[in-house]
Amino acid sequence: MQQPAIEVRNLRKSFRKRSGFRKKSELWAVDDVSFSVAQGETYGLLGPNGSGKSSLIRILSTLLIADSGYVRLLDYTLPEQQEQVRRIIGRVSVDAAFYKKLSARENLLYTALLYGQNARQAEHRVIEILEQLGMEGTKFSTPLEEMSRGMQQKISIARALMINPPLLLLDEPTTGLDPKSRRDVQSFLEQQQRREGTTILLTTHDMAEAERLCSRIGFLARGKLVAEGTPAELMRRSGAATLDDAFITLTGEELKPSTDYAEVNL
Amino acid sequence: MEATLRQTWAFLFRGYHITRRYIGWVIVFNFYALVTSATVALIGVAANDYQLTLTLVVGALLWNYLSWLYNEIAMSIAYERWEGTLEYTFMAPVARSVHLLGVSLFSLLNSILTSTVVLVGLMLFTNLNLRGANLFGVFVVLAVSTMAFVGLGLFAAVFPVMSAERGAEATHIFQGSLLLVSGVYYRIDVLPAWMQPLSALSPATYTLSACRKLFGVGNSNSTAEHLAGAPLSAVSHELLVLALMGAILLPLGLFAFVRIEAWAKKTGKLKRTG
Repeated sequence: MQQPAIEVRNLRKSFRKRSGFRKKSELWAVDDVSFSVAQGETYGLLGPNGSGKSSLIRILSTLLIADSGYVRLLDYTLPEQQEQVRRIIGRVSVDAAFYKKLSARENLLYTALLYGQNARQAEHRVIEILEQLGMEGTKFSTPLEEMSRGMQQKISIARALMINPPLLLLDEPTTGLDPKSRRDVQSFLEQQQRREGTTILLTTHDMAEAERLCSRIGFLARGKLVAEGTPAELMRRSGAATLDDAFITLTGEELKPSTDYAEVNL
Repeated sequence: MEATLRQTWAFLFRGYHITRRYIGWVIVFNFYALVTSATVALIGVAANDYQLTLTLVVGALLWNYLSWLYNEIAMSIAYERWEGTLEYTFMAPVARSVHLLGVSLFSLLNSILTSTVVLVGLMLFTNLNLRGANLFGVFVVLAVSTMAFVGLGLFAAVFPVMSAERGAEATHIFQGSLLLVSGVYYRIDVLPAWMQPLSALSPATYTLSACRKLFGVGNSNSTAEHLAGAPLSAVSHELLVLALMGAILLPLGLFAFVRIEAWAKKTGKLKRTG
C-alpha cells in the first residue's frame, strides 16, 4: 500500500498570550490533530477564523514549529528535515505577499533563482501556468501593485507551481476573488491535480469550493479536528442536507469568510 | 554549486530591481548623504584648517560606507517583513548563510556606490589634495573592516525577525550608538570618561583610526599640498583587531540569526504584521 503524502498525528501547538499584568495564558491553536492525505488526493480543511487552519498550514510549510506530534510529508519528517521538505512543497497564502513594486516577471524570476532554478526555463513554465490561469502575457511586465487581487493571487499560484512541487499547501487561495477568477483558479487546480498527480491540502471557507475540489474534508473548530470524511459522509453523519448545515451541526459553529488580512493565525 | 550561485544571484537580482523601481528615493538618499557630509566637511574649510577638514572628510566618508553597509544588511529583513515576503524567503530551500551572503553582497555594492558619490562630492566642496595619502592602505583597511561590519549587520538583522515594528527602531538605536562612540568626527577622549571604554568595542573606531593615519591626519610632515600617509605597517594593530572582530562577529552574527529564526518559528513571530 502506498504511504500517504501527508501524515499528521497528535499535532499540538499552543501560543502564550499576555492577559494582564505579568499574567500569561496558553491558547491551543492546534489541539491533538491527526489526519492523513493520500498521494494525489485533494483534502480540504474547513473551519471558522481562529480554528487553527493557518497554523496547521504554517507548521507543514516549516514556518512554525509544533509543540509535539508527528508530521511527515512524503519521505520527510518535521521539524527534523525542514530543508528537504522545502524542496517538495509549494504554498499559496490568503494574502499574496510579493515585492509590489516589482513586475510579476521579476518576482517570479527571483523565486526561481531562490530555488536554484535556471531562470530561462522557469520563465517558460510560468508563462504556461499563467496562460492556463487565464492571464494575458502582456501582464507579465506589470508591477504587482497595479494588478487586481485576483491577478495577484494567480501570480501567487504560479509562484507555488513554478517548482512543480508534489505537495501544494493552499491557505484560502480564492478568498476575495471575483467569481470568474475563482472559477479559473478552481479549474486550474483540478487540471493540475489530474495532470501532475499533485497532492493538495486546501483550507477554505467556501463550502461549494470544498465540495467541488476535495475528495475528503476535515472540520476544524477551536484547534480540534471534530469530523472528517467525504462531503456525502459528513452530510449523512450529521443528517444535514448541505455541507454548510453539516458543519454547523458537527462543530456547533458557523463559517464566516475572512474579511481582511488581519485574521489571527491561530 | 550552480544552484548556490543562482541563489546568491537571486538576492542581487532582487536588490537591483528594487533599486531600479525606487530610483527616486535612491537619488534622494544619496543626495542627503552627500549634503550632510559636505556640511560637516565645510566646518573645516570655514576654519581654514586642512587637517581638520581632512579629519572630517575621512570621518564622513568612512561613516557613510560603514553605516550604509550595516544599515542595508540589518534593514533588508525589516523590508521583507513589511512586504510580507520573509516567510517565502524562509520557506525556500536556501541556506541561511547563502541568503545572508547574497544580502550582504548587494549591501556592499550599494555602500561602495554611495561612498563614491560622497567622495566625489566632498572633493568638489573642499578642494582637498590627497597626494601622498596611502590609498592602497585605506582600501585594505576598508576590506578588512567590511567583515566586521557585515557581522554587526547580521547581528542587527535579528531585531526585525523578533519584531517587525520594534526591530527597525532597535537597529537605528544601535547604529546611532556606534556613531556616538566611534570618534567619527572628534577624538574619542572628548567623550565622557565612562563612555570612552565603549569605543574600544566598535570596529568603526579602529577603521577610522587606521584610515586617518594612512591619510596623514595628525602627521606633522603632512602639508596641504602633500600628505604624509603612514605605511600599512603603522596600522597593523588596528588591522589585527579588525580582522579578529570580523572573525568573531561574522560567524556569531550568522549563529544569532539562525537561533532567532528558530525562536520565531517556535513562538509564531514570523507571521505578517506590516
